[in-house]
Amino acid sequence: MTGGSFLRDRVFPVASILLVIMVAWYLAAYWMNAPFQRDFDRRAGETRTAVEFLALTMSQPKPTMPAPHQVAENLWKNTLTVKPWSKRSLVYHSWITLSATLLGFAMGTALGVVIAIGIVHIPALDRSFLPWIIASQTIPILAIAPMIIVLLSAIGVTGLLPKALISTYLSFFPVAVGMVKGLRSPDVLHLDLMRTYSANKLQTLWKLRIPASVPFFFASMKVAIAASLIGAIVGELPTGAVAGIGSKLLAGSYYSQTIDIFAALIAGSVVAILLVSLVDGLGRLVNARMGARQP
Amino acid sequence: MSLFRPNWQALAALLATLLSLTALPYTAGMSAQFSLAVAVLLAAGAIVSMLRLAAGLEALVLLVASFGAASMLIAGLAGATGTASAGYFASLVAAWLLGWRLVTVLSGDGSRTGQTAGIVAITVPALFGIWVLILWECIVRGAGVPFVLLPPPSAIGLRIGNSLPILAADFRQTVLKAVLFGYVVGSLTGFLVAILADRFRFFANGLLPVGNMVSALPMIGIAPVMVIWFGFDWQSKAAVVIVMTFFPMLVNTLAGLAASSDMERDLMRTYGAGHWQVLMKLRLHAAMPFIFNALKINSTLALIGAIVAEFFGTPIVGMGFRISTEVGRMNLDMVWAEIALAAVVGSLFYGALALLERTVTFWHPSYRR
Repeated sequence: MTGGSFLRDRVFPVASILLVIMVAWYLAAYWMNAPFQRDFDRRAGETRTAVEFLALTMSQPKPTMPAPHQVAENLWKNTLTVKPWSKRSLVYHSWITLSATLLGFAMGTALGVVIAIGIVHIPALDRSFLPWIIASQTIPILAIAPMIIVLLSAIGVTGLLPKALISTYLSFFPVAVGMVKGLRSPDVLHLDLMRTYSANKLQTLWKLRIPASVPFFFASMKVAIAASLIGAIVGELPTGAVAGIGSKLLAGSYYSQTIDIFAALIAGSVVAILLVSLVDGLGRLVNARMGARQP
Repeated sequence: MSLFRPNWQALAALLATLLSLTALPYTAGMSAQFSLAVAVLLAAGAIVSMLRLAAGLEALVLLVASFGAASMLIAGLAGATGTASAGYFASLVAAWLLGWRLVTVLSGDGSRTGQTAGIVAITVPALFGIWVLILWECIVRGAGVPFVLLPPPSAIGLRIGNSLPILAADFRQTVLKAVLFGYVVGSLTGFLVAILADRFRFFANGLLPVGNMVSALPMIGIAPVMVIWFGFDWQSKAAVVIVMTFFPMLVNTLAGLAASSDMERDLMRTYGAGHWQVLMKLRLHAAMPFIFNALKINSTLALIGAIVAEFFGTPIVGMGFRISTEVGRMNLDMVWAEIALAAVVGSLFYGALALLERTVTFWHPSYRR
């Protein structure tokens, strides 16, 4: 961005897009709730003014499309007016999901790094394993996540770990692929220099390859943590789960509580944004400390 | 120059073979002689492969020894599920080590030259896949893992063969209706919105951060809402897929349209090209790698979206429906058959996109030899 200010190039456009989304949401709420309200009024034999009618479409208990303020009210009620550790609190449910996400993310990142180091150093692994890791991601693992949870609970593995395993599976892939790229990113001259120092493989790895891969590492971690959260949420979908954002979604869909569903979705989105920004900020910090050029 | 050229895989295989001799016969279904024959084959393979041979001959010896032993080990399980001794697993490990040695020989030193590179590039991953199946089959049946926990691949294969009509119906419902429609509409709208937004700098500036943020959100969560809105049939699943595929396409296309360099754009300006001409002749081409990236991401997302959305309510057909009901009935072989179908569909989808990408973006540096 040459020229233009931050305010003009970022804040105004983003704010106006968000405004458009908000207006569209209200219009959709009116348009989608109106048929039900009209039907309801006709049966009750009531005639209403346009303003009354509009207000009613925005305050149905089980709307087809909840209006933003209804969702905000639900969020407010379920986060700030109840104790954070009570079962009704979205903070509690978010925490359950977050803990599974973080555990799975940690395991997935570790696994991904180990696989990447193996692939870079062992040609046989590179040839035989890499194509299968890529193929493994074309399998819609999320689709069988609930089954894996049920199976693991059948052999006595319950609680946090099964969900975390789904997250692990989803998050190891971006890290492994990104790290293979990162560990191979030092150019031949640098590798040759290490050879002239008669550095062994371990020293080359530690002093050249790993520092060179740091930007790749953070870029792939950003993808991995978002995937990890999705894994944890879907892992909570089977009926066995009693807590977490996924179970709130499922309960909401059983009782057609659209407001609850949207509130849970927003809670999940807040967690996602927090996690991604955290990794992003950490990445910028580390890159700056290591003397990377800022784009 | 000695005749022997030892390597750790073959030595370990030899050791494992010797260990396996302490627990003959391998299974209740194998006679001691038959077990011994397997051990002899493995030992001979290990020793001969360590001789100074041509690489081709060494690969042949390893191929015969490892797969011969593996097929004999599988045959030995007939009617003797769950009776495998420690010796059985030791010889399985030996066969697997020889298989690994085979892969190592075929991979060479990692340099990708020579005329056989193309064949090796396919054979090596295929060998790896076959070995995963062999180990799965032998361990599950040898150790007698309960069928409800993990069925052996042979049972899954049998189930696939027996229930082709059901699988075909599920495929039609989930893939041909929901996934394909949602994928095409979602990707196309994302692309068109990106093209329009790109015309007006203001929109592009606003959409890119918002789109980036939305792509990171767990969009799969809208599935229950869509089922409430659009009913149980495939339309609601297609809607989920549309929402899930829209944002990756939007973000990637916007990023791709910014990918052409200033120099190239200046050249177009000196030719007096208008916005649409620059778009059609330069920037869309430069954006192709990004667009294909989005198409690939979307191919997986679309399948996931459609299947997961079926967990929230569906007519009595579809891959997600089948998975959730058959888990409840403990018909795990049917579940795995659906997973295999999903994996094949996903891989073919991805492979077709990769091929198309190669022909469209042949100029890209990553395809240079």
